[in-house]
Amino acid sequence: MKFSTYLVKITGVSIYPILSLLLFVAFFLIVTYWVYSIDKNEIQRLENLPLDDKK
Amino acid sequence: MSLDKFYYENKLPKLFAIASIFWGLVGMLLGVIAAFQLAYPILNFSDFFPHLAFGRLRPVHTNAVIFAFVGNGIFTAVYYSIPRLLKTPMWSEKLGKIHFWGWQLIIVLAAVTLLFGFTTGKEYAELEWPIDILITLIWVVFGINMFGTILTRRERHLYVAIWFFIASWVTVAMLHIVNSMEMPASFLKSYSMYAGVQDALVQWWYGHNAVAFFLTTPYLGLMYYFLPKAANRPVYSYRLSIVHFWSLIFLYIWAGPHHLLYTALPDWAQSLGTVFSIMLILPSWGGMLNGLFTLRGAWDKVREDPVLKFFVVAVTCYGMSTFEGPMLSLKNVNAISHYSDWTVAHVHIGALGWNGFMTFGMMYWLIPKLWNTQLYSKKLASQHFWIGTLGILLYAIPMYWSSFRSYFMMKAFTPEGQLQYQFIDIVQTVVPFYAIRALGGTVFLIGVVMMIYNLMKTAKQGTFVEREEAEAAPLVKNYVAPANSFWHSVIERKPLLLLVLSLVVVALGGLFELIPTFLVKENVPTIASVKPYTPLELQGRDIYIREGCYNCHSQMIRPFRYEVARYGEYSKAGEFVYDHPFQWGSKRTGPDLARIGGKYGDSWHFNHMLEPTSMAPGSIMPTYPSLFKNTIDKASTNSKIHAMRNLGVPYPKGYESIANDDLEKQAKKIADGLKENKIEVMSDKEIIALIAYLQRLGKDIKLENK
Repeated sequence: MKFSTYLVKITGVSIYPILSLLLFVAFFLIVTYWVYSIDKNEIQRLENLPLDDKK
Repeated sequence: MSLDKFYYENKLPKLFAIASIFWGLVGMLLGVIAAFQLAYPILNFSDFFPHLAFGRLRPVHTNAVIFAFVGNGIFTAVYYSIPRLLKTPMWSEKLGKIHFWGWQLIIVLAAVTLLFGFTTGKEYAELEWPIDILITLIWVVFGINMFGTILTRRERHLYVAIWFFIASWVTVAMLHIVNSMEMPASFLKSYSMYAGVQDALVQWWYGHNAVAFFLTTPYLGLMYYFLPKAANRPVYSYRLSIVHFWSLIFLYIWAGPHHLLYTALPDWAQSLGTVFSIMLILPSWGGMLNGLFTLRGAWDKVREDPVLKFFVVAVTCYGMSTFEGPMLSLKNVNAISHYSDWTVAHVHIGALGWNGFMTFGMMYWLIPKLWNTQLYSKKLASQHFWIGTLGILLYAIPMYWSSFRSYFMMKAFTPEGQLQYQFIDIVQTVVPFYAIRALGGTVFLIGVVMMIYNLMKTAKQGTFVEREEAEAAPLVKNYVAPANSFWHSVIERKPLLLLVLSLVVVALGGLFELIPTFLVKENVPTIASVKPYTPLELQGRDIYIREGCYNCHSQMIRPFRYEVARYGEYSKAGEFVYDHPFQWGSKRTGPDLARIGGKYGDSWHFNHMLEPTSMAPGSIMPTYPSLFKNTIDKASTNSKIHAMRNLGVPYPKGYESIANDDLEKQAKKIADGLKENKIEVMSDKEIIALIAYLQRLGKDIKLENK
């Protein structure tokens, strides 16, 4: 496969791991916040979904 | 509100379950045979069946276990659980049937083509392009059926198991398509569109995530459904399961480069792989603990119930593997484990323990339900459990042992600074471990046979329930969420949004890693002396791929003193720019071949292929008598060169029509050289092409140094 437009090098490539780490931490915090904001009764209903399939 | 009456169809779960068990038996049997071949090379039967040599059998084993045994296991779980979780039958029985028979057809085609040497030479993605297309079609059929069911559901919320199924479906589709991009040269021969370093990165991005999204996430869906079912209590923490889901799918996709540590892959990509692999411990262990804690206060049941026994060990193995995996992606640990039996042990803790035991547990629970009866013998199932556990230990421990043993031997130097051991010394010292490992596999297989007997008896004593009646209220149209509900519930209610979000999350890691590797020139520095393969070498390379040499030989020398001293100058990214596909390998049962060119004479290779032990006493390599009978397929040269040029390999225009002249010239030269060593061979035999290829390996850089 040929690519005609090459970048010559990536400047400051060490930012990549840090950027992706930050990305994940932000994502993780959002998910955690979301999860703990779910109503307790709702959670109870959801977790019992596999158990009441006879109805 | 009136309730709808409907039926859960049990026919497809039944078919998939039977297929999973059957292919499990076949795949594991092939694994046992391959394991014995490594200990006793005579079992390759090369003189009679070149198709059964280790290099061809091992891919059939891995593909059978992953895509046939586990694949059908996933579909069993999906076709059983999704209708029940969503209170609706599967959307289309017809599509279900097409899915089932299509998948089985793929498995059969895969086994036949691989045994006959039609392979792309990329691990776990060995199938040739027509089968790749068939897989895509059947996968789409499966997806349509799954989404049709989800969209016609009677339960608004999607239980977390379904999230795992959705994410698995979309990610596997993405991985399969990107990694299978190939240029056909003929009906059953193609070349990977990517070359060298880039091919390696795409391949392990795929390979690692095949483990993640075929062997792990769908089986987590299975765990979140069947474990609560079997224990008859809800999962320990539903909140944790949501965190588990999102963090796992986010992190997994980045971890692929940890398969390429210390290789010619750019450093930054290796580091990314390591960072994300370490972080993976958290969601993985969150999931494991969630599974185990589900049994809190019910551990007395585990003593009685074989299903729970299997689940507990399966989840524990998941925990062990997912701790071991991040450890293996630390560079210092990887230096020991890569190319060694450690990796083999690691994947088998996952395959035998996690996937195997999870499947067995599901079957012991499901088959009695489908046949409306009790399990024929709980005692036999418990015995299977103990035998299976013993099998796993007998398999894994010798492999761990042999990997350390070979590592210490590999890096031992004499006080004078010479390597202390020849490669063959190391091979001989690990052969007994291979024998014990094969025994471990056999023990595990005996357990499977016991299970099959038990389940057949179970089915016989009951009657199959074709369909189960159920009723539920339909979904309200124009649903308005209650005032106190949160924004997150929007995602849970909207399956297509969930699908898109999952795809975005899994695509991120791929974009971050793949695009720079493809677009930044610095990542693959070119080396002027590296030239395309000659037509004869290209034919030889295809023979190398056909025989599956990459299953035991690497072509990637890492920058360690003990590797450079043994194999030569460490490998550079620029050396592989014409390698469609790359052949770096992942396991060194035999020595590295990256610089084998010129190390021995042509006659050495000739005799070695005919009878490896004549050149290397104690070798466990199969013999390859067919290479001396088969003639080189010269008719294919034209289309092969053409395909390669389309991929960017700089053969001059029109070269394909005269390529065979060069091929014959080079072949005659090799045959004449052999004649001087008193070896009579026709210049059109396959062995000549293979020798040409092997003698080329690693030479480009040697020329430059002169």
